[in-house]
Amino acid sequence: MTDPETRYSPLHQIHVDGGASFTDFAGWQMPVSYGSDLSEHHAVRTTAGIFDISHMAEILVDGPQAGEFLDYALAGRLSAITIAQAKYSLLLNPEGGIIDDLVVYRLTDDTFFVVANAGNRFAVASALTERAENFDVRVSDLSDAYSLIAVQGPNSRAIAEATAGITEVSVPLDELKYYWSTDALFEDKPLLIGRTGYTGEDGFEFYVQTDAAASLWAALSAAGEAYGLVPAGLASRDTLRLEAGMPLYGHELGIDSFPAQAGLGRVVNLKKEGGFVGRSAVEAGPPHGSHLLVGLTLEGKRAGRAGYSVVTDDGNQVGMVTSGALSPTLGFPIAMAYIDPFVLENGTPVFIDVRGTRIAASVVDLPFYKRDKK
Amino acid sequence: MTDQTSLQYTAEHEWVLVEGDTATVGITAYAADKLGDVVYVELPKAGSVVSGGTVVGEIESTKSVGELFAPVDGTILVANAAVDADPSLVNSDPFGEGWLIKVNYTALPTLLSFDEYSALIAE
Repeated sequence: MTDPETRYSPLHQIHVDGGASFTDFAGWQMPVSYGSDLSEHHAVRTTAGIFDISHMAEILVDGPQAGEFLDYALAGRLSAITIAQAKYSLLLNPEGGIIDDLVVYRLTDDTFFVVANAGNRFAVASALTERAENFDVRVSDLSDAYSLIAVQGPNSRAIAEATAGITEVSVPLDELKYYWSTDALFEDKPLLIGRTGYTGEDGFEFYVQTDAAASLWAALSAAGEAYGLVPAGLASRDTLRLEAGMPLYGHELGIDSFPAQAGLGRVVNLKKEGGFVGRSAVEAGPPHGSHLLVGLTLEGKRAGRAGYSVVTDDGNQVGMVTSGALSPTLGFPIAMAYIDPFVLENGTPVFIDVRGTRIAASVVDLPFYKRDKK
Repeated sequence: MTDQTSLQYTAEHEWVLVEGDTATVGITAYAADKLGDVVYVELPKAGSVVSGGTVVGEIESTKSVGELFAPVDGTILVANAAVDADPSLVNSDPFGEGWLIKVNYTALPTLLSFDEYSALIAE
């Protein structure tokens, strides 16, 4: 409990006062829930939830060759996105394995903001720094200087618009498209607002200087009172992203998984000119027979969870669950799993071994849940 | 409201209410909080013979699975159908409506007092 390495969010005291219970996440003590993870989940689907995700890492890439550099360092063609646009991308190693999945925002012609998972902060920062050697570009780890707050759910735009202290919003939020961002000020400090998220709902992510994070949280929360906004922890964040079919690094993605196995082939741009790290490995493709990520649904209420075996009716193990829960929105168990492609091709019935009981599973397309777009 | 000082406890975070030869068993508020929102319970059938210390059921939350241990030797009289229908009772009223099983016990081991259990979870 007194591990000197433990990191605390700048919002930690607010969470303590709000009655949160905490969990260790990549060395950070982060809120897992504020009482009921289920009601937090339902709030995000029906009204809105506010998440502290300050543990995420922010790395600034700037310089005249920033675009070219990212085309080389990452799997996507980042030079093609325009100012204020965001793009989901992957950082691969030369063997085609995934070092991290990232969201990249273009701030100016020469400036990009790379958002990485907390647990991969140093791996991403050091890989980018190494790869920058032959480019006129600077890589700066700003993770400690920036905090990240997400407001997600159908009421999130109304809440953001009603928040006191947010001014100079360059693009009105009702005109901001999904995966675009706008700059703004919060209490006269720079604020980046992305229409991005990790829940499958409409929502915004607020990148704010760490010294203004507590004040922004308070302002968003106050504006949200009229709109059913509740603080939401990592437990609901996990069930929300699972329903939305979004991969989580360390579960669906890892250094030993190729993008194509995880269904992320589209994130790798093989048409872009020039080399990029991991290109030849991705072109060669994963080894024949590599397991593929699929969605599974189960009957009943018992969930297949991370690490449980996927088996055929004769008991052969043909895969492994990477994430699973009883879906709060859908009411039945859902899971993501890596499965032998031959089993998938043949349509062989599969089961999840739930602590000794075999439960029949149906292979389904991801995502499990898709919001109604109005 | 159940008087928690009148209950006995186990190190597995269960409470036991002894009345005559019947032991009513549930999980403590501490255990329910640690689990998070309970979404499914698997309880033993009436008539099952159970022995103290063995796993007889499961309590699942969205994020994890807890095991239900039989705290005593005996025969299951009844499992709580209300919890089967609405598992959230385990969170909302763990010492009352959220009870899990009633056991006709043949032997009662030494259990923890309220004070002893309180000290255990304060550690």
